[in-house]
Amino acid sequence: MMPKSKRQRQFFYIIPYGIWLVLFVIAPLVLLVFQSLTTPTGHFTLHNYAIYFASGTYLRMTFNSVWYAFLITVVTLIVSYPMAYLLNQLKQKQFWLLLIILPTWINLLLKTYAFIGLLSKSGTVNNFIGLWGVVPQQLLFSDWSFLLVAAYIEIPFMILPIFNSLAEINPRLEQASRDLGANRWQTLRRVIVPLSMPGVKAGIQAVFIPSLSLFMITRLIGGNRVITLGTAIEEHFLVTQNWQLGSTIGVVLIVAMVITMILTRDRARRSARKGR
Amino acid sequence: MMKKIKWGNLYLWLMFVVLYLPIIFLITYSFNAGKVMQGWSGFSLKHYGELFADTRILEIVVNTFLVALLSSLLSSVIGTAGALYIYNIKHALTKNVFLSLNNILLVSPDVIIGAAFLILFTVMGFSLGFTSVLLSHIAFSIPIVVLMVLPRLQEMNRSLVASAKDLGANNWQMLTRVILPVISPGIFAGFFMAFTYSLDDFAVTFFVTGNGFSTLSVEIYSRARQGVSLEINALSAMMFMVSLALVLIYYVISTRAAKSKKQGTRLVLPASEGL
Amino acid sequence: MKKLITGISAILVLVVLLFGTQRYLASQTGTGESSDKVLNLYNWGDYLDPDLITKFTKETGYKVSYETFDSNEAMYTKIKQGGTSYDLTVPSDYMIKKMKRENLLLPLDHSKLTGINNYDTRFMNQTFDKNNKYSLPYFWGTLGIIYNDKYVKPQDVQHWDDLWAPKFKNQIMLVDSARDALAMALITQNKSVNDKSTADLAAAQAKLTTLMPNIKAIIADEIKMYMAQNEAAIAVTYSGEASQAMGNNSHLHYVVPSEGSNLWFDNIVMPKTAKHKAAAYAFLNFMSEPKNAAQNATYVGYATPNKRAMPFLSEAVRHDKQFYPDKKTLDNLQVYDDLGQRWTEKYNDAFLEFKMSQR
Repeated sequence: MMPKSKRQRQFFYIIPYGIWLVLFVIAPLVLLVFQSLTTPTGHFTLHNYAIYFASGTYLRMTFNSVWYAFLITVVTLIVSYPMAYLLNQLKQKQFWLLLIILPTWINLLLKTYAFIGLLSKSGTVNNFIGLWGVVPQQLLFSDWSFLLVAAYIEIPFMILPIFNSLAEINPRLEQASRDLGANRWQTLRRVIVPLSMPGVKAGIQAVFIPSLSLFMITRLIGGNRVITLGTAIEEHFLVTQNWQLGSTIGVVLIVAMVITMILTRDRARRSARKGR
Repeated sequence: MMKKIKWGNLYLWLMFVVLYLPIIFLITYSFNAGKVMQGWSGFSLKHYGELFADTRILEIVVNTFLVALLSSLLSSVIGTAGALYIYNIKHALTKNVFLSLNNILLVSPDVIIGAAFLILFTVMGFSLGFTSVLLSHIAFSIPIVVLMVLPRLQEMNRSLVASAKDLGANNWQMLTRVILPVISPGIFAGFFMAFTYSLDDFAVTFFVTGNGFSTLSVEIYSRARQGVSLEINALSAMMFMVSLALVLIYYVISTRAAKSKKQGTRLVLPASEGL
Repeated sequence: MKKLITGISAILVLVVLLFGTQRYLASQTGTGESSDKVLNLYNWGDYLDPDLITKFTKETGYKVSYETFDSNEAMYTKIKQGGTSYDLTVPSDYMIKKMKRENLLLPLDHSKLTGINNYDTRFMNQTFDKNNKYSLPYFWGTLGIIYNDKYVKPQDVQHWDDLWAPKFKNQIMLVDSARDALAMALITQNKSVNDKSTADLAAAQAKLTTLMPNIKAIIADEIKMYMAQNEAAIAVTYSGEASQAMGNNSHLHYVVPSEGSNLWFDNIVMPKTAKHKAAAYAFLNFMSEPKNAAQNATYVGYATPNKRAMPFLSEAVRHDKQFYPDKKTLDNLQVYDDLGQRWTEKYNDAFLEFKMSQR
């Protein structure tokens, strides 16, 4: 039985959030599921799911989406963790953190165009390496350039939560660990990393989930060499106007996300119990 | 020891260079006398001239920031409430249902969100324009705020809450004196991400806007067919410089504050509470 | 907590300031007020010279609210769903037919159109809009090949079939559009670009798949930027894109294969959401004036269908065979028809499978 004050509190919290959930999440979700289960004339059908699961094209696309989202997340994490850690050692760390957020306020399309200018055959990077006599390289339209630009965009979304988690760690813990004879590496591995896990998890979610449905960079930088579900949805909603099939793919994406959440659930429960 | 720190600094410098390289590229070309981001043809301020003569784009910039600031502020408030609600749920399954629902808008591609919101607004008989765009931006920013605030709550020391309760704090006091100060870095992180999402969103805004209201992203994307002019570069350069100036002002103020308070107390670091 | 309160207050102050600025700017441009002297124009981004908007307002007193879209389909969704009040918009050919069929357009009253005779009859009375009942041409263009003479000899890329030459391995950029890519393959097999036969479509898809080794990337509006930066030797794209790329790189040239290609139109129409019809007609007539049409063509860089505007264009542009092709080439060009839902999907599925066949 919840105490009264707690009920009041929860009631206070759920009103704005609940209205949002009902109007902007559940209503669209119902609409999406409904669309995916109907024909254009409004009859019930499983046809759209049949198309999706019977077609090797869509299954391959799904695999592509998950695989590249995974790669982007891994690259971003590898780059961001040390950065967040090092930023935390600086004086005026909030200032440096703001400097990391700043580039995200420039329009994405514009930044992508800048990358095209940097990475193209006659671009800045090739001119630069050309100074050492290296012949112009084909940098664009490769997995590498795609991963580079995607990670570039996602880095701030990974750094921010990790940074916050690290900042919260009591510096005395680190000191204590050192006093107990642990070296720098052991302290990092046994103390710092485990304590920053909530931030790392939030970062992974903030990067992996949106990366599943990337589409613009796959075309601009990847040259459509990688086709993801985002591309397919874009096409069904805008080009063929087959909202039914587009919704079906959307539902599949949401299910994939829920599975990811369930897979990471175990850990969350354990840490919650620890806290109690 | 010395050496290690230097390696670390080197890494940081390198990353900052990579982060800022495209921005520097954009800004450099805003001074190009030519028409595109390629082939330097001399220094010129003409794109800035075009920019200031273009009242339409200035109006759009103002609209964009108005929507971004308001939506990130409101979504931070609602998102924080949502995070607190989810945090207080004891039942693991219920908690997961809420978390999954929360993340749906994050995983849905923008076209789906845009189309669904468009249907929602027209069914409700809402006129498209500023309000519909603002509501949509609040809607898609809430989940990221929740995602940023929740880990802070999980890290929060529960005994702190318990002892506050023992001392007879009521709900409001607990919230403002105990919980909010602890989770404020998460709220700030959520705010900044919501701000970024709002500034960058094209597809959702496109679908739910109307009656003469437009944002910068919609304008930039719809210019792609004719080629984005360097006027947009000039605009971005200006926006960037203003933001940078604000950050530097923040830096100066917070170093001053830190210096003046340095004597004694551990309550110092006004800056460390932010973000 | 103090930090939070300071933050919130700072944001609120900014919001108030911005709101004031917005009111001020809106009073300057006049878009904020809901007066009747307004024209709601829904157009592609940067597809109308801003000076012409100023001129139009000065001449007629109508203030223009210019909203933009980035694809025909996105525009269609907005108009169909309602909630907006656009008076004029600029769809492409096939979309006009689709919108007409779904009763999304209002017929034009020809007696109110003063400049209709300024248009070249070759661009009037097209299959998608017989007798121009619903639309007036705005810009037109072609699909063709753009190449860089630093890497390719002109005689090597005059026809669609030339693109299949093994020497162009990994050299070609293709426009990311099902209709255009398949049109190219269909033409090489002497089929119509509006072909509705499963066998022909399968053959076209198979033919296209054999082009894959030569394809470097499949992209959209960015082609002009890439070509201007010498990123690829050859690209298949529209004349409008080509003209812009060529403006920035003198090594580029544009060819419309003489065996046939696509002829496209962006026409101006009045959607059923129109509320300010007098303003709409004033604008249609304003844009029909030769001087204005020429000014807009110079600004945007696309080809104008207004034949009386030609004397106002620069000498070089007027005689440019690549952008104003001769009658012989024009006769071989085909306009896209709206394929209907089923065939639109078939075309797109074929193209999607082609795209997935990489690697």
